[in-house]
Amino acid sequence: MPEPLLSIRDLVVEFTTEDGVVQAVDGISYDLFPGETLGIVGESGSGKSVSTMSILGLIPQPPGRVVRGEALFNGKDLLKVSKKELRRIRGNELAMVFQDPMTSLNPVLKVGFQIGEAIKTHHPETKDDAVKKRAVDLLKLVGVPNPERRVDQYPHEFSGGMRQRAMIAMAVANEPQVLIADEPTTALDVTIQAQILEVLKKAQEETHAATILITHDLGLIAELADRVVVMYAGKVVELSDVHTIFNSPRHPYTVGLMDSLPRLTADEDWLRPIPGQPPSLISRPPGCPFHPRCFLSQGRVRCREEEPPLRPIGDSQHLTACHFAEELEGRTGHLVEPVGAGA
Amino acid sequence: MLTYILRRFLYSIPVLVATSFLIFTFVSITGDPLGRLRANANITAEQIHAIEHSKNLDKPVIVRYGYWVRDAVTKQFGTTLFGNRKIWPDLKRVMGHTLQFILSAIIISLILGIAIGVYSALRQYSLFDYTATTVSFIGFATPVFWLALMLQVLMVQIFLKWHVRIFYTSGLSSSVNAGHGFHFLLDRVQHLALPVIALCALSTATYSRFMRASMLEVLNSDYVRTARAKGLIERRVVMRHAFRNALIPLVTVVALDFGGLFAGAIVTETIFTLDGMGYYFINSLFSSDPYPVMAWLMVVATMVILFNLIADILYGVFDPRIRYE
Amino acid sequence: MSSEPGVRDQLTIGPPGSQYSMSPPEGPADPSAELTYQYGLEVEARSQWAYARRRFVRHRLALGSLIVLLGIFGCGLFANFIAPYTYQQINLESLSVAPSAKHPFGTDSAGRDSFSRVLYGIRTSARVGVLVGILSTLIGTIIGGFAGFYGGWIDNLLMRLTDLFLTLPLLAVLLVAAKYLGHSTPLKLALLLACLIWTQIARIVRGSFLSLREKEYVEAARAAGAGDVRIMLRHMLPNTIGPIVVSATLTIGTAILLEAVLSFLGFGIEPPTPALGGLLNEGQDQGIDKWWLVTFPGVVIVVIVLCINFIGDGLRDALDPTQRRVRA
Repeated sequence: MPEPLLSIRDLVVEFTTEDGVVQAVDGISYDLFPGETLGIVGESGSGKSVSTMSILGLIPQPPGRVVRGEALFNGKDLLKVSKKELRRIRGNELAMVFQDPMTSLNPVLKVGFQIGEAIKTHHPETKDDAVKKRAVDLLKLVGVPNPERRVDQYPHEFSGGMRQRAMIAMAVANEPQVLIADEPTTALDVTIQAQILEVLKKAQEETHAATILITHDLGLIAELADRVVVMYAGKVVELSDVHTIFNSPRHPYTVGLMDSLPRLTADEDWLRPIPGQPPSLISRPPGCPFHPRCFLSQGRVRCREEEPPLRPIGDSQHLTACHFAEELEGRTGHLVEPVGAGA
Repeated sequence: MLTYILRRFLYSIPVLVATSFLIFTFVSITGDPLGRLRANANITAEQIHAIEHSKNLDKPVIVRYGYWVRDAVTKQFGTTLFGNRKIWPDLKRVMGHTLQFILSAIIISLILGIAIGVYSALRQYSLFDYTATTVSFIGFATPVFWLALMLQVLMVQIFLKWHVRIFYTSGLSSSVNAGHGFHFLLDRVQHLALPVIALCALSTATYSRFMRASMLEVLNSDYVRTARAKGLIERRVVMRHAFRNALIPLVTVVALDFGGLFAGAIVTETIFTLDGMGYYFINSLFSSDPYPVMAWLMVVATMVILFNLIADILYGVFDPRIRYE
Repeated sequence: MSSEPGVRDQLTIGPPGSQYSMSPPEGPADPSAELTYQYGLEVEARSQWAYARRRFVRHRLALGSLIVLLGIFGCGLFANFIAPYTYQQINLESLSVAPSAKHPFGTDSAGRDSFSRVLYGIRTSARVGVLVGILSTLIGTIIGGFAGFYGGWIDNLLMRLTDLFLTLPLLAVLLVAAKYLGHSTPLKLALLLACLIWTQIARIVRGSFLSLREKEYVEAARAAGAGDVRIMLRHMLPNTIGPIVVSATLTIGTAILLEAVLSFLGFGIEPPTPALGGLLNEGQDQGIDKWWLVTFPGVVIVVIVLCINFIGDGLRDALDPTQRRVRA
């Protein structure tokens, strides 16, 4: 087993709001190994974005606060490292691509300049024309047509897809070891999404970066991810490789997620959403956060009172946070078509 | 870029024309210059008619408007109704004084306002922020004329107690022979200091609140987050990405505020008896003479439109998105 | 289609309390099970007004200002009963006296008690302010509403007209108009002010109606045969009430300030009708070494307008739901 590149242990992040303290991330742990793509799945508000942004120190500290936890990267704990060191790592060894390319680029600065800024910050000795040439090369890498002209244009002259490509170019400019993509395709048209997917794959190949892909789109996960972390209400509820997650999920929430996807190959009358709503992150119900919506729980006392720890089930690589995960044995998912009974 | 400037410029012209018509009709309708004469029992109706005729006051509004525009353009606003005094030389003189006054106020307010606003945003919820906010709110609630009065009172009390004159409470200069060069400048500054302070207060409050809000909005924006994620040092993030972008909408605010400064000038010049446009305006109003009033309004409107044009152009310079409309 | 029927049954989500083909729940089947089931489902519903009221009350500054303002206005309204002296009453024994126990705000050269005069002045300011607030809101809402609702050339025309007025300083326009009115009563002055400061509210209402026009429920109402006015009144106006109230409140403050300036310059309310601006004018005439005459009326104005601004700020927080958001 190779050493993990990034190791998060027991991360807790909270926000102080008018209505109370929001526990956005409530004790999560996962590893990222070199060269792999780790998918993080969850609903809005599950804490998936907050967990990665807090590693990079991008959470505004007055309302937000990292209560405890560690994020080991190359032997250093990013949560305790000096600001100067963190800045050195950001955009350099650890880069991030954000969700909305429309607002993530500075509208009054040229695109080439903004890409060049990423380069010049970490390689200040580079001459200006070399920086510009690199920016053009990067734009070419991500598939922006006519990069020599585009590099001197402003973001509003780019289309949405091109802007996201530019963002990716900016992120891989310094050949990071870890690339975090936070909902990279959510704000884009469906047809563009496929293109951006290709760009991400290509960027990965070129830089051999390990990628964390944050999304609520299970299709993306199926395409890109090697391993998957499922988050709910600020906690990790399941962690395994992608095939297992789709084929044999062992947490009722994951099961519900898979189930809620409509199937093309079968005749269905009704969709099956997960009933209810995610809990308020301010006042959590005691015990398992999912139990009010859980079909498996059925109001059992253990679910109501005891918070299930993240523990291995079956082989040691498959982790789940459910007391009764064993009862899901035999449950299959989408990737394997049900055997036997006809449609 | 050039087309943008040209378009803005061309758009200003019909606005100017429409404003001139508006000014003329408004002042003509709301004032009867011969009112006092009419009330005077000694003057007969025929005499009044004669005066009306000689001054073209019996013609329809459109015709009178035409005469007025002709006078404005060719004869530099012509002469006053009573006394036939040339309008332009007076207006030009007072305009120079008032512009000294207003421009100083704008510059000082901008520097102070931007500094306070930005610092408040960077240190949100700090003591400085709360203090600045409170003071701004008080600034919004304080009538300019009252502030001017209080400054006067303060100076008078200081003079009475300690016999020291720091700033003058009236007039533009100490005497007719105010000296040249540095002495003149110092004297002028001493005279204008209080009026400028009075005028600055409201503008500084406005600009600082706006800069604070704009800066906060920008600091929380996605592109600033991207800049941080790239690993830029905080100072660069703030100066290059946040501050520059936050400054852009301030241009519009200053442009909109410009007209209000003339209003403030009316009041402060009256209190400090400065020989400026505000003082001129009040006196003209009291004398019921429409033409100086119209000339004044026209000049101010032109300056406001010009200033707005400059602001629009500056906005285009700073924000490339606007240029390509 | 199916997988193993037994497993399928397990996965069918049913209403609370339904039968399951799995092992019975551990522990007693109690009603709290149902409650916990609904734990995640239940969302507390409150009316919009309750939310607004709760947010306003939490804004302590606004609440405090409201109390102070009501106190001040109350004093003004009941000036007849509270004021120790009348507006005109001359006390020959105390001419131009500095503030003292008997005359907390001092007296002027005719021996009139400044405190009482300020109280009467507050009454006038309050009247003018509220009147202007109501009138200008009415005018602004109607004009802005029509402009926003119909759009097109009506909107263009109305907005261009208001823009034109913007090139002229408001005070200058007011002064010219006030001169025309001559010596005005509070009522006339209020009317004048209202006619010239409705543009702010009009802009807000116009903006709101313009965007509400595109909403589906407006189309639905139209399809149901509702007339224009009805749509405006029943669908658009209620959704704009928030910003209107905030703007109306702030307008009251602006009106009071403007009335003060006008009265001070001699174009507003004429003595002997009490007015805070007029008091300042007279104070200035009598020499600014008698600092109490020009200080107290001004302080009162500042406090009144300050309170109004804080209240407006609190209302804005309370009624505008799109305020600060915490990113999850």
